[in-house]
Amino acid sequence: MGLLRTPFRQAIAILAVAYALIEFGIPYIPPLFGVASAKIPNTVVLQYLLTVTVGILIWVSDNERRWTEFKKPIHEVLVRPDRKLARGVLLVGVPLLMAFVAYGRALPDMSAPPSFRAIHPAPPSSIPFQGEIIELTGLENPLRSVGSLDEHYEEGKRVYYQNCIACHGDALRGLGHYAPGFNPTPLNFQDVGTIAQLTESFVFWRIAQGGPGLPNEGAPWNSAMPAWENFLTADEIWSVIIFLYEQTGHEPRRWEELEAAEGTEAEGS
Amino acid sequence: MSERGSLARALRRTALPLLCAGAVVTALAFLAEPLFAQGYTPREYGDFPIIGSRAAVWIAAQLHLFFAAFVLGVPMFAVVAELVGMLNKEERFDKLAKEFTRLLLVSYSATAIWGAVLVFALITLYPRVWGYLAEVFAPSMWVYVGVFFFESFTLYLYYYGWDHLKKGRAKWVHWGLGILLNLWGTIVMVIANSWLTYMMSPPAEVTPDTAPDMVRFWSAFANATWMPINVHRFIANIVFGGAIVGAYAAFRFLSAKTDEERAHYDWMGYIGNFVAITALIVLPFAGYYLGREIYEFNQQMGTTMMGGFMSWLWVVQAFLIGVLFLAGNYYLWVGMGRIPGAERFQPYTKYMLVILVLGVMVWATPRNMIASRDELTAMGGQFHPFLGVLGVMSAKNTAVNLMILTTFLSFLLYGRANKRPTVSWAQRGTIIQGALFVIAAAIVLFYGVYGYFVPAIVRIGFSVYQVLAVLAAIGGVVTLNVLMMRGAESRGEIRWGQMPDRAQYALLVLAVTFTWLMGLMGFARSGIRQHWHIYEVMRDTSVDAATPALGYASIVISACVLMFLGMVAFIFWVGGLAEKPVISGVGSVPPPEPAAGD
Repeated sequence: MGLLRTPFRQAIAILAVAYALIEFGIPYIPPLFGVASAKIPNTVVLQYLLTVTVGILIWVSDNERRWTEFKKPIHEVLVRPDRKLARGVLLVGVPLLMAFVAYGRALPDMSAPPSFRAIHPAPPSSIPFQGEIIELTGLENPLRSVGSLDEHYEEGKRVYYQNCIACHGDALRGLGHYAPGFNPTPLNFQDVGTIAQLTESFVFWRIAQGGPGLPNEGAPWNSAMPAWENFLTADEIWSVIIFLYEQTGHEPRRWEELEAAEGTEAEGS
Repeated sequence: MSERGSLARALRRTALPLLCAGAVVTALAFLAEPLFAQGYTPREYGDFPIIGSRAAVWIAAQLHLFFAAFVLGVPMFAVVAELVGMLNKEERFDKLAKEFTRLLLVSYSATAIWGAVLVFALITLYPRVWGYLAEVFAPSMWVYVGVFFFESFTLYLYYYGWDHLKKGRAKWVHWGLGILLNLWGTIVMVIANSWLTYMMSPPAEVTPDTAPDMVRFWSAFANATWMPINVHRFIANIVFGGAIVGAYAAFRFLSAKTDEERAHYDWMGYIGNFVAITALIVLPFAGYYLGREIYEFNQQMGTTMMGGFMSWLWVVQAFLIGVLFLAGNYYLWVGMGRIPGAERFQPYTKYMLVILVLGVMVWATPRNMIASRDELTAMGGQFHPFLGVLGVMSAKNTAVNLMILTTFLSFLLYGRANKRPTVSWAQRGTIIQGALFVIAAAIVLFYGVYGYFVPAIVRIGFSVYQVLAVLAAIGGVVTLNVLMMRGAESRGEIRWGQMPDRAQYALLVLAVTFTWLMGLMGFARSGIRQHWHIYEVMRDTSVDAATPALGYASIVISACVLMFLGMVAFIFWVGGLAEKPVISGVGSVPPPEPAAGD
């Protein structure tokens, strides 16, 4: 523990541990307990490390004595004659590191640039569907009030396995055989942030109109989702929606009374 | 002869211009007739060189709004400070209020100038929109001008009458003027709010075919988002006023020449920070109300704002609000260094810091991460399989409520640092206070986790329970604290002025961040109209009809922030030239002897 005696070293150690946790801990520790995880995108790693760095700077400087001790090794390296070697290494090393980073950023990159993605496209209040206008606002799944739910489920299952499985996968996780070929990848229905957040009318709109029916705002969407209104009837779409919710165990979002109050579920954050 | 000559000269002087004016008017009248006879129709849009019409109006509106928030927020601050001074017989609060009212005079002119720039920009660049709004809102525009006039003169009376109305009942009259000033300011704000909220949420009966003179005035005025915006802006102005006061104090502290000045501005900075952070704690609830009303008005608009292309602004917002919480707490923790007795609390600040840092990380974790194709493949989809759960509202609400509780704890510890309660039940009271914190945190955490296991419509209701738990804890702890601290002994005077410079930079960070946030979130509110001047009533058919990209928007907003801060720095400087503050009541205390082992 003597090595971590000074605030400066403690700060470096905290930063190193935080980096290790973010870069390696999050991807590799949860799977040891059977929880799925993956490498975190660099943008988020940077965001987390920036937050941790600000936190560390606050910690070392919110107390006068700690702040003085923290600055001491920096000050010594910069002015003490016996630290000439360290000073020289830093004065050469830091600009070199910056140059290396700049060089890496200036190199031509053939990969597609990352793009902002909207979480949920804004739905229209009504859509044309096979020659008629369907009002989406306040619309419930009509099949839930007619016939047998089991029959609708079975019908939805048939529709799903005939049309959707290739992309969305048999576990509804968006990992079908074609999925690796798409960017963005097909939606994972098991995720708490997808159909669990949406009304059935929203899901109907997405299935019926697919990528071509996405709004102009937030474009380009690059969605490969077909407009299923060209291939399926309204009842087939409603039944596959029942299948999605029953199979994942999620409940569709309900409409509030009066107006279409979706609340302020800020999934955008 | 000379009298007759001077009369003749006077007649020539007055008659000639009158004749010229008459000739011009007659010529215009004759010229105008054929012009109208040819079917003159006014143009729809004008052009502004280099930056374009939209950016010109945007900048004018944004700068007007920044100054308006300042001149509305600071009088609230001043009138409360004056009242505290009157009730506690503490002159330093009175001086504080006056010092800020002095800054108001210059800021008021700047507000009016930018307001005029905005109106002229709208008339010349967007005449069709302006004409429509003027037709719908004409009576309120006349009232607006009248109230603005009253507000100006009340401000002059309030400031210049300060020393005259100083004693006895006259002081209450003066304070009444301050209240009146706030009243006029609030009326001006709510009138202007009706115009801009009408553009967002016009009444359902208004369609593109509705002639403006057929729009019912009150229905347009009190539209769906008018009251939520009023509430949100009212609170936000207090936050902004407090932050700018803090920045002013920091600026003056850093340039102070004497210990007395440093002590005065140190104390002023504390007050500014206290006001800003206290109001900030309430602000998210007002924002929630506004967001909810937007969804109520139009689901598409709400989704565009929270889940659509504006959703990235909420990640930026989370990060910036995180900066506010961190900077506000940091200021308090550093400030504990000059409070005798605070050292007993300092070991706990690191745990509070951990909660805040984790809170910021959770709050700012994007639901949809910016990822390359390889990273997307590694994640197996658009959402991270492990961190994706932090992207939904249950996690965000939990994080922000815990951050609010932590910040409140910082204030509590700061306030109690140099006090020793003398009531017999002090220990039990402290235990109950601790229990209230723990219970509130447990409720917040419970509903945060439980929210993942219930339908979305139920989960929305949970956020109300979380907020109520936090507010109840704050109310309970404050009540107990007030009772407990009656007759408390002092552990020593706060050493005002012995604050490190770095804490002043935290105050400046607060002001800059607030200003930036106002601009960014204002863009989100206005931008969700997309290609409509008046949502689903009047379409934008100009070359700027597309909603600006987020990058472009942030450049414009950042430029506005820089211009505003530059002008505010000038006002601070002018404020310093005008009058040296009479510093009294905040004694600087010599630094203590270092404690053994410290």
